[in-house]
Amino acid sequence: MTEMLKRGSIAVVGAAESDLGQVAPHTSPVDLMAQATLRALDDCGLQLKDVDALYVAATQVRMGPMSLAEYLGIKPKVFDGTQIGGSSFMTHVAHAQMAIQLGLCEVAVIAYGSTQRSVSRAAASPREFNPYETPYRPILPISAYAMAAARHMHQYGTTREHLAEVAVAARKWALMNPKAWEKEPLTIEQALNARMVSYPFTVRDCCLVVDGGGAIVLTSAARAKSLKKKPVYVLGVGETLSHANISSMPDFTVTGAAISGPQAFKMAGVTQKDVKMLSLYDAFTITPILFLEDLGFVPKGEGGRFVANGGIAPGGKLAVNTSGGGLSYCHPGMYGLLVMIEAIRQVRGECGERQVKGCDVALAHGNGGVMSSQCTVIFGSENAL
Amino acid sequence: MTDLMKQSPLGTYVEHLKKGEFAYQVCKDDGKAFFYPRAVAPGSGSRNLEWRVSKGLGTVYTTTVVHYKGEAPLNVAMIDMDEGFRLMSRVEDIDPMQVKIGMRVKFRAHPGDEKTLPYPVFTPAGETK
Repeated sequence: MTEMLKRGSIAVVGAAESDLGQVAPHTSPVDLMAQATLRALDDCGLQLKDVDALYVAATQVRMGPMSLAEYLGIKPKVFDGTQIGGSSFMTHVAHAQMAIQLGLCEVAVIAYGSTQRSVSRAAASPREFNPYETPYRPILPISAYAMAAARHMHQYGTTREHLAEVAVAARKWALMNPKAWEKEPLTIEQALNARMVSYPFTVRDCCLVVDGGGAIVLTSAARAKSLKKKPVYVLGVGETLSHANISSMPDFTVTGAAISGPQAFKMAGVTQKDVKMLSLYDAFTITPILFLEDLGFVPKGEGGRFVANGGIAPGGKLAVNTSGGGLSYCHPGMYGLLVMIEAIRQVRGECGERQVKGCDVALAHGNGGVMSSQCTVIFGSENAL
Repeated sequence: MTDLMKQSPLGTYVEHLKKGEFAYQVCKDDGKAFFYPRAVAPGSGSRNLEWRVSKGLGTVYTTTVVHYKGEAPLNVAMIDMDEGFRLMSRVEDIDPMQVKIGMRVKFRAHPGDEKTLPYPVFTPAGETK
């Protein structure tokens, strides 16, 4: 699929979060999507009437494109509600690129919203009954990722301290992000001694449960040049599905990032060395470790040792999840859109205290379900074209 | 050929469990075992399927211990069966933290209850592989 897409043919021109954290009672997920959409349009100077394509996925809204189009009072020519969990929005970027390149639409909005903190995670994301899994009462999705961590520990000598390093690094970055939910420092000992949820994971190995949403605006490279902000070009995309239920994951230590990553790198014409910042979906502390390996930044099995001693913390070997990630900044259920927004802001140079110098290429990697869908987007500045 | 007007894959599976048997399917075209039960084989798409009864021996592929508030910790594990397929299950008769990757385990049918159909669980097999 990605062979047909042209490196840099489209660009992100607007990006914004909705209100994050705990929103007012009775706020709806679509309220948050709409708020973020208008903020993202303000960010680039386009109007609602310019939007002719809508990409929406959410857990609380079954038919996202319809709900957001109705709320905004627009009739998009192109719409897509692909729902593959937290990586849906990376896939939407790839699909928007197809549509824009083909000339089916000009201005695409990708939007998300959730009120899972307000209504509870159980109410926001009810799980499907599975007669082959539900009787065993795993706490999903947590237990699925916990079993991947346990296998990685067994196979490669990764430790609970390595997992805690991921949580601590995220917290250090979050303390430099005024929008982050978590405001207090975290130590390795605190992470290790926190309440056990699904061994080897304590609550500090698990992402936040907060309200929030976001939106990004994409258009053709040609049109992007005339807008308010410097375009952030889509250099490469990759996407894959490997299973739906954790019981069917072939190897718990290898994710589909090993497929989506190479697709995105090939299309982008860049290598790991060119990537100055990584935004890796950190639903749980094991996922950045797996993605660093599967995306080719670290040899297989070395992810735990790589993150040790502040390897991905501020001042470490690699800038990963500078927003504070799903672990400490914001995780409103399906976090992939916010994963991209941080990478986009890094390429724009808008990240203040946590800005990575000379960040001309950033990689955003999305994860959905129980490591089930994996989608990679590589963004670049004009210098990277 | 599965006639879904007469019997579902899950229905056949549960009938075996009620008899204390752990049944799985094999694609007769490529000879591969698969789980969960289906009307067509994954990959080949074959409808030429055979039900077999497992010998009941497997190895723990990975494991976790879940903590529900106010309850005893509970094991959840992935079991690789000797016949070449994997399932989610639970290892019983042992401290959940002592369930180790590589441990050999043996099938036992759990009867289920009013809300839950019978399902397979495992106990330590007392052998190493």
